[in-house]
Amino acid sequence: MSLLQVEKMTHYFGGLRAVHNYDLQIEPGQIRGLIGPNGAGKTTIFNLITGIHKPTEGSVQLGSENLVGLEPHQIASAGLGRTFQNLLLWRHMNVLEHVIMSQYSKMTYGLAGAFFGTVKRRRQEAEAEDKAYGLLELVGISDLALENVLNLPYGAQRRVEMARALAMDPKILFLDEPTAGMNPEELIQMMAIIRQVHKKFGLAIFLIEHRLKVVMELCQEIQTLVFGEVIAEGTPKEIQNNPKVIDAYLGKEAID
Amino acid sequence: MEGISSELSTPDTGLKSKIIEIFSRVPILGWLFGTLVAVILEQNVGTPLAWALGLPKIPALFGFLIMLKKPMLIPSSMLYVLLIFILPIGIIARLSLGPANRLAERLINLSMSGSVLVHLVLLYAIFHIWSGMSDYRLITLKFTLIAIMVTVSLNVINGYMGEFSCSHPGFMALGAYTASVFSVSIFVNDSMFGQALMPSFLGPFLFPIGLILGGCVAAVGALIVAIPSFRTRGDYLAIISLAFMFIVKSLIENLEFVGGPRGLSSQPDWANLPTVFVWTVVCIWVINNFVRSTLGKALNAIRDEETAANAMTVNTKRTKVVAYMFAAFWAGVAGGLFAHVLGYVNPATFSIQKLAEVLAMVYFGGLNSVYGSIVGAVSLSVLGEALRPLELFKWIAIPLLLILVMIYRPTGLIAFKEFNVLKLIQPKKKKRKEV
Repeated sequence: MSLLQVEKMTHYFGGLRAVHNYDLQIEPGQIRGLIGPNGAGKTTIFNLITGIHKPTEGSVQLGSENLVGLEPHQIASAGLGRTFQNLLLWRHMNVLEHVIMSQYSKMTYGLAGAFFGTVKRRRQEAEAEDKAYGLLELVGISDLALENVLNLPYGAQRRVEMARALAMDPKILFLDEPTAGMNPEELIQMMAIIRQVHKKFGLAIFLIEHRLKVVMELCQEIQTLVFGEVIAEGTPKEIQNNPKVIDAYLGKEAID
Repeated sequence: MEGISSELSTPDTGLKSKIIEIFSRVPILGWLFGTLVAVILEQNVGTPLAWALGLPKIPALFGFLIMLKKPMLIPSSMLYVLLIFILPIGIIARLSLGPANRLAERLINLSMSGSVLVHLVLLYAIFHIWSGMSDYRLITLKFTLIAIMVTVSLNVINGYMGEFSCSHPGFMALGAYTASVFSVSIFVNDSMFGQALMPSFLGPFLFPIGLILGGCVAAVGALIVAIPSFRTRGDYLAIISLAFMFIVKSLIENLEFVGGPRGLSSQPDWANLPTVFVWTVVCIWVINNFVRSTLGKALNAIRDEETAANAMTVNTKRTKVVAYMFAAFWAGVAGGLFAHVLGYVNPATFSIQKLAEVLAMVYFGGLNSVYGSIVGAVSLSVLGEALRPLELFKWIAIPLLLILVMIYRPTGLIAFKEFNVLKLIQPKKKKRKEV
């Protein structure tokens, strides 16, 4: 059985149909891509699966657990980590605090621990900190751990988001345009990090990208979305040569 | 605290950097020693010195009151403050620098909590001696400590969580009335509640139960505000909580069995200085623990980017409601203490003016900072008392100060600073000269 299974998911914003009959299966350890022109509904699909919007119709299952109707934090705790397209970082917190914060659901010391500083709390906070440093090491920004996130260069901020999403031990990682706005050098580094993370944790990854180079190199399978509907699905090669995809990106030829 | 305020009263513009350099290595322990010596000095020679300087009695609040009432006495009251406070504190703090640092080091190595306890005992001793010299000082000190509790707890919501809550006076009122009804009905022969049910010597021991009960009632009130207003972000909480404050006030005004608008009196005198001091310390300790835990820092995450917090496994709804109830609890406890310090409560106390006062303390001191709230509460309480002789002009001077702070430091004096007790009490090492 697939790790993540989405069936016939449809969503309306008022009268506007943003996503229509969307199907997705992700196997453990797979890297999948979702491409499509601006406004095709890619981020909406992410938001629907991660619970920020509730799908109008359809089902979403992680393993055997139904995710529709759960709160975003419950979905996240179930094993669905994500990053955001427009970098939703907490502007008054430092890098380390970010990566500790996403281990929130693993802090079981409760209010007694929070109020009175019990031994259990000290142990769990220390463990969380160790883990956070490990992840920051992995994405290559452990030396910036105590910096405020706003003081970081853009590429490093992206890495903070990555480490933050990894800290919650996800089964699947959703990356919403992980290389948006990056220069070629940062791009190569980011792709290396994604590969490394994939190898190290055996994660399934589902990513939205605009740059075809990234998707073509990283993904094993790709979906193309246009106006909320999947028009093509297959390996990078198949997608590249699919006439529908070419039409969607480059426009139809004027003469039939 | 006194060290700071008496230092502020000296005009030391040119010498400032030199003075800072001289005292930079004095640990908190040294300042406490100095202040202790100063208050003991005042206890013994204060009155004769005051007479010798031509003052009617010892200046109760570092000479502010006398200076504003009788400008002719400005030089002598300044001299008094210099002789009794500034010079002794400065000299002792500087002289005890070496031993104080060594002692602080040894205490920390011995036991962290023991060291904190030693500092608190010293602080309490200072408060005790200082306030023992006049009832006016005692009541000002108690109200200041209570103001600290209210301010720190409100900062959890308005600072750490970034919502704007206006119902803290309402929570205080709930706490004040619950604790008052508890103590008056059980331990006092009263016309409204009849004979005492228990002998009054048990009272001081059961007083904490009354306060906690008051806190819990306030927390339930907070739940009522929280449920409708935390569904969305924005101004809703401000409006609903403001309404709540007025609802509580008119509810109490219409409850005849607690005295209605006339208020409720004859609370026994249990809120003595040690009680208020201990509760304040516990309040600061618990709140500081909370805001430094990941569960508490989740409030910052919610404030800065709620969507991200939710997507990173933070249970945002629960966190917000719990924090709100938690803050209300401490406001309730503070209200209970307030009622017993005054020995009388009436609903008019917990109204818009109280709200303005508390909000001013939070925003003056600094958002997202326990440290700032303590500074804000102390400075505005002391300032409010010190400027009392100005009467009406006090309400021009204080808001003016607030406006200035908002212009030059929009988030308050000491915002976004962690209150780290260990850092505060540790010995100060020699700074290496930077080349």
